[in-house]
Amino acid sequence: MSHAPSRVKTYIFVLLMVVFGPLGNVLLRKGMKSIGPLTGSSPEQFLQFAGIVLSSSTIWLGIACLIAFFAAQMLVLTWADYSWVLPASAVACASVALMGHFLLGEAVAPVRWLGILIVCLGVLVVGQTPHSTTKEKNSL
Amino acid sequence: MITEFILFLLITVAGTAGELCVARAMKSVGEVKTFTPVAIGRAFRQAIKVGWLWLGIGFMALGFFSLLGVLSIENVSFVVPVTAISYAVGILGGKLFLGEKVTKQRWLGVLLVCFGVALVIIGKH
Repeated sequence: MSHAPSRVKTYIFVLLMVVFGPLGNVLLRKGMKSIGPLTGSSPEQFLQFAGIVLSSSTIWLGIACLIAFFAAQMLVLTWADYSWVLPASAVACASVALMGHFLLGEAVAPVRWLGILIVCLGVLVVGQTPHSTTKEKNSL
Repeated sequence: MITEFILFLLITVAGTAGELCVARAMKSVGEVKTFTPVAIGRAFRQAIKVGWLWLGIGFMALGFFSLLGVLSIENVSFVVPVTAISYAVGILGGKLFLGEKVTKQRWLGVLLVCFGVALVIIGKH
């Protein structure tokens, strides 16, 4: 993968973001769903709730995926514009809805699917613009 | 309803501010061209010396805990698309804070993203 063309390299890292970000969110949702909502507002109840959250393996797996997402995002931002990477990664909206629908059995209304399709269209438009418009400072 | 609104606001504002700070830190590190563990490790070691990274992580942590809170009361397929409203805020931040050139085509794409997000919200209600 070393010395890969910059655009291909950018797409690969955005793809990693699109996979790990939604997967992390789905796992967190699954973990939080099994725990249930926070009841009460005292510090003791909050700490007890935090303890239950942090003892869930699903939550930790979700956090691991979000760390992978964060690492991919940090690396891609060393060469690509934030204003390119951010909308390009919006395609995650589609993958998270698919995962929510198929893995968690959540209902997704047709109008929301339409919204997701338009988000993807927007991503396509952004994807055709130059992915870097700032001067390269140095390289590693 | 007010709690959900505050949490969504925190996810959008704190999350975007955090990403902008991280982007600024990573820009100062420079492009990573080889993907060996040594080169990646060197990039992260340089990044952790930049103050913007830690400020960004602080903002992102705030956004993350707000996300955790909202995920316990809303469907994930609704939560994540709604937070996509931060795309518009992020583009503006990229232009003003990072000095990126945002072309009309890029703005058009972002507008489409925001319109899609609006439909996702309508779909929920």
